[in-house]
Parts: sequence; C-alpha cells; structure tokens
Amino acid sequence: VASVWILSECVSLFQVNVRDALNQAMDEELERDERVFLLGEEVAQYDGAYKVSRGLWKKYGDKRIIDTPITEMGFAGIAVGAAFAGLRPICEFMTWNFSMQAIDQVINSAAKTYYMSAGAQPVPIVFRGPNGSSAGVAAQHSQCFAAWYGHCPGLKVVSPWNSEDARGLLKAAIRDDNPVVFLENELMYGVPFDLSEDVMQKDFVIPIGKAKVERRGTHITLVSHSRCVGFCLDAASVLAKEGVECEVVNLRTIRPLDVDTIEASVMKTGHLVTVEGGWPQYGVGAEICARVMEGPAFNYLDAPAVRVTGVDIPMPYAKILEDHSVPQIKDIIFSVKKVLNM
Amino acid sequence: RVLELTGCAASMVASSRSYADFTPEATFDIKKVDLHRLEEGPPLTATLTREEGLKYYRTMQTIRRMELKADQLYKQKIIRGFCHLYDGQEACAVGIEGGITLSDHLITAYRAHGYTLTRGGTVREIMAELTGRRGGIAKGKGGSMHMYTKNFYGGNGIVGAQVPLGAGVALACKYLGNDQLCVSLYGDGAANQGQIFETYNMSSLWKLPIIFICENNQYGMGTSVERSSASTEYYKRGDYIPGLRVDGMDVLCVREATKFAADHCRSGKGPILMELQTYRYHGHSMSDPGVSYRTREEIQEVRSKSDPISMLKDRMLSNNMASIEELKEIDIAVRKEIEDAAQFATTDPEPPLDDLCSHIFANDQPFEVRAATPWTKLTSTS
Repeated sequence: VASVWILSECVSLFQVNVRDALNQAMDEELERDERVFLLGEEVAQYDGAYKVSRGLWKKYGDKRIIDTPITEMGFAGIAVGAAFAGLRPICEFMTWNFSMQAIDQVINSAAKTYYMSAGAQPVPIVFRGPNGSSAGVAAQHSQCFAAWYGHCPGLKVVSPWNSEDARGLLKAAIRDDNPVVFLENELMYGVPFDLSEDVMQKDFVIPIGKAKVERRGTHITLVSHSRCVGFCLDAASVLAKEGVECEVVNLRTIRPLDVDTIEASVMKTGHLVTVEGGWPQYGVGAEICARVMEGPAFNYLDAPAVRVTGVDIPMPYAKILEDHSVPQIKDIIFSVKKVLNM
Repeated sequence: RVLELTGCAASMVASSRSYADFTPEATFDIKKVDLHRLEEGPPLTATLTREEGLKYYRTMQTIRRMELKADQLYKQKIIRGFCHLYDGQEACAVGIEGGITLSDHLITAYRAHGYTLTRGGTVREIMAELTGRRGGIAKGKGGSMHMYTKNFYGGNGIVGAQVPLGAGVALACKYLGNDQLCVSLYGDGAANQGQIFETYNMSSLWKLPIIFICENNQYGMGTSVERSSASTEYYKRGDYIPGLRVDGMDVLCVREATKFAADHCRSGKGPILMELQTYRYHGHSMSDPGVSYRTREEIQEVRSKSDPISMLKDRMLSNNMASIEELKEIDIAVRKEIEDAAQFATTDPEPPLDDLCSHIFANDQPFEVRAATPWTKLTSTS
C-alpha cells in the first residue's frame, strides 16, 4: 500500500497485479455467496496453472474448489448443468484454446438456453481463462477468441486490461445471472497497477457493457481491449511528443459492445483506429468499423477507419517471428500517422 | 376427473360397478435384470396397486395418443421442423417417474415429449409448443426439442451434451445436500459419445447422485446398434460403474429398476447405469418413414408381442384390477384431452413479434438488439 497526495488529500493506493486482482475477486465472491464454486484443471492443489486461484483450495476446500480431469467437454457440461440447478460455477479453461473442446457446451447449452426456454432456465455461469497470444507457446496455444464468442447472442463477453478491470469485471461476471465469457491475458497477470480504496471495496463492480476512456484526446480515437490497451497508451505518449493527442478507449466488454462511447469519441476526433491482438478477418475491429459506418459517427469521419490487428497467420514460435505476428507500438503509431495523413 | 370428462351416461356405467369388486393390488413376476458389477439386482416381482395401474395406463395412453396426434399435425404441416416421436417407449418415461419423485431431476435428449408430460407439463402446452404458439410451454421459442419444466432440463438437441449437463445437476444436488438425484438419459446412438465417458469418469470420481439411463431402441437414426457400436452391451459400457439391463417395454420392470438405482444413488454409492431395452414405432423423426433400415415385420412383431400399454392392460384385466369399460373410458377421456389440446394448439395465436428478442438475458435491463437492417430498432427484455 502506498499513500499519495492527490488534490491535497491523502489517498491510499494498493499495488495489485492482475493475477492477484482476479484472485481477490474470486476469494471475495466465494465468501459472499455459498453457491459460487470454481472448477477446472489444476485450480485446487496446484494453486492454478497460472496461480490465479492460489490459496483458494486451502481456504475453501474440495467442495468449492474442484480439480477436474483433462476433459473439457465433460466438465464444461457439468458446470453448465450445475448452473441450471441453481449453483453459480466459475469454470476455468486453462487457456481459451482448450475451450474449443467444449465450445458446444458454452454456446448451445449455456448461451442459448434462457432464450429456448423462454426465460424459464437462467444460466448463471462464468467461463474464464487466459486468451490470445502469450510468449513462445506457438500456434495451438495463442489464439484470440474474442470474435468467436463475441459473435453469439446469449453470451456476455468481457476482456479486462488492468487490475481494476480484472477485479471489477470478474465480480460483475460472477454476480451476473447469465453466461459470461471472461477473457484474461497471461502476459498481464504479473503486471502491477495502483488501485484506490474505492476499487478495493468488496462491492466494487464494473458494469458489463461499458467502455472506459483511459486517456482523453482530440485528434484521433484508438479503440482496443486487453493487453493492447497498454500499447495504445504507450503509443499515445510517443505521439503526444509530436503534438498528436490520442483518445484511448478501453472496451472492457466485447459483447455487448459500448457503441455509444465509441461513437461519442469518433464524433469528437473524426478519426478511428482499432487495435486488437486477434486475427483481422471477421474480428472485433471489423465489427467496430461496421457499426461506425452504420451509425451517426460516420458523418464525422475525416478518413476511413482502420484496424491494427494480429498478422493473419498461425502464431510462429521463434521470437523474431512471434514479435512480428502481433501488433506493436510502432504499428499503432504508423497507423495513426497514416490516418491523420501525417 | 375421468367422470367429469366422459359425461353423465358413462358415469352411470362406471358407478354401477362398485369399487369393492376390483382387486386392490397384485404382485407380478417381472423379467430378471442382467447385472454388471452388482451382486444383487432389483426384485423379481413387482406389486402394483389398482390406483398405480390406472395412473400408469392413463399416462402411457396420453403419451401414445399425443404422439400420434403430433404425427397427424406434422403431416398437415401444422407442426414443422424436427419432431421425434416417442410411441412405443412409453413404459420408460412412466416407469422411471414411478421410481423417483418430482423433487428429483431429469434430463434427456430430443425425443422428449413423453418426459415433458411425466415431469409436469400438460398436453396443451406441449402441443402448442409443437405448433409454435404463444401458449406453448416455451412460448413458441423452443419447439419440439426444447421444453422445460421444474426439475426437468429439456429437451436437448445436441446428441450426448445432455449427459454432462445431468451430472452437473447431480453435482448441485450433492453440493446442496438435498438428497435429490438426477436421471440423465441418452440413446444407443449417443452411447458412443466421448463426453459421456468423460461424465462416467467424473461422476464416479466425485460419487455424484446420477442415474445414467441408456434408452436402447435399437437404432440411432438409421444405424442399428450392431453397425454403430463395437460393444452393444450398453449397461456395461460404464465399465467401473455398476449396470443393469432392463426390459424397457414393461413399466413395472422399469419402475423397480429405477427404485433400485435411486436407492443406490441416495445411499452415497455414486452413479449407476441402466440400459432400457425399448423400441420406437415411428422412424427417427417425422422425416424418416423408418422402414429403409428395418422391416415392417419387425415393427409389427414388437407391436403385437411387446406393446407396453397392452402389457399393462392385459395384466390389469386378467387380475381383475380394472374393467374393460373403465379402461375404455380412460381411452375416451384421453382422446378428448388430446383433441382439446390439439384444438388449442391450432387456434392459439403465434407469439407476438414483440417477443422476438426477449429472454436473451435473465434479470437484466432492456437493451437494443440489432435487427436485419441497421434502421430497425428491436428491444430485448428479460
């Protein structure tokens, strides 16, 4: 904890990395509601493959923190069935790549059931785990699923960037009576952020479906989610030195998309660049551009909206290749300058 | 209720034969059950009271006539899409319900109309769901494969997916400590699904109160069991899970086996697996005449020798547990119930267009839904 002076007031700031923010959120929600439980591979005795659930098994025991065999389709189905019967499961996929084994349960059993039953059967479940590229884990372990899950009605899909996002959105997801796909990022787990006392309150939740403007600007809007938000802010700092003020919008939620915040920003700046780690075709950026085209913000655009994305290839292993497969800060700066015709 | 529906004249006939004339209960020999990893099985006899007999008869007859009416409506194109009929398998749904209570849980696949009824749905709301009307059990949003009642989780369209879901319900029962169990049904076709084996594993590891039931009606769509399964001994496929193979055409066999299985679960021993040997008279669905992969003779033979409703009827009549007239009255009452339901199902209006986008999220604020074009604004409410 650090105490700082802000506007002549002494404020406590807690340094919390994303992993601990997720851990604390789960801990508090497990304590708050007996129906909440966690299941997944290695979540209990191993303390979590990425240590996100560290300490929870010791505190809550076998009943509430359940190690599963390596059978995603089966345990995702079990988690959804438990939600049908009134529990509030958190189902962890060790990475979202493995959710493909279980995707039928997420979409056909979880997402669609409230609709098919005309409101008789809610499904209060959270599916969570690390999503997108990591470091050196190669093609089968590096895919971003934001677009796939973001495509489906009946799901809420969230993608936190920092510790405040992780904490507030996970609490909101667990308290939500609907299926939430919670896309974390492995490379963010160890990154520390300063959290205020307000954020550390047990009932701190971030509303699902609301984006946050992380940095105000007037010349161009950068819309991003997850780790790329940090790259946008870094790019914005560099560009500020050249007199370009970027407005950085952190989506926080993929579905429902906060089109209002995006449109308000574009109507102010007249320029749009989206930034994501996932592949370009049929992706998050594509959706944002389509929505802007179809709405009032189009008339304010002074240049076509453009997407910065992962390269359209399976993720290679060698570091030099991997580095060139994901959007870098220089790609964002380059795109901003192109769009602003600089 | 029988008297209500059949009118005065019939009630005169029924009341002229006094209740004391009938045998109040009788015990029947039932087929021995094949056992897997079990020292003992269900009893070799079953006691049936007159009341139970009439109840099972009426319920099975209701399912039978409801399914036949659905066949008719489908051919008239009033029911559309998928329609998987249950006639021939009635003893399974009715027998299972006889071995558990409504506070237990049940989930099945898409051949679900019979279970929707035994789990508390009415013929009216089932038929209106098939015809896609607002009075349907899922307000017309679900259709044949997606009907739900309290402690009944459908009606599931993806083959095999319902089995892990059922284990999840069982996990909730154990977690909440409520002494309830979950019956999780699947067919011979689904029995080869990997997720079912994953479920066997976790259910056994965690001793979940789940009864796996394989309704083996000999055909997965058009593929006979010999052509789909290296082992057709479905009651043994759970390997380390104890199993029973039961005559699924005899409602008493099914009931006794279910009671046995339920005791096993409730005593904390974990899962148990029942294979019910049964038969469907219809093809896989209404698009399947059901005779390209099996013979009409085979269907006819099952109908004449093993029909579940006839079997119960014969037992009751030959033991003086009911009269022919009484059973005829039940038939008439059932027919009327089905006719009334069909009338409702064909005249009830379709769901309002306002309902198009509702029921996406539970307990949520209304929100805008993208329509077919960007200019139309649709709203979703919970």
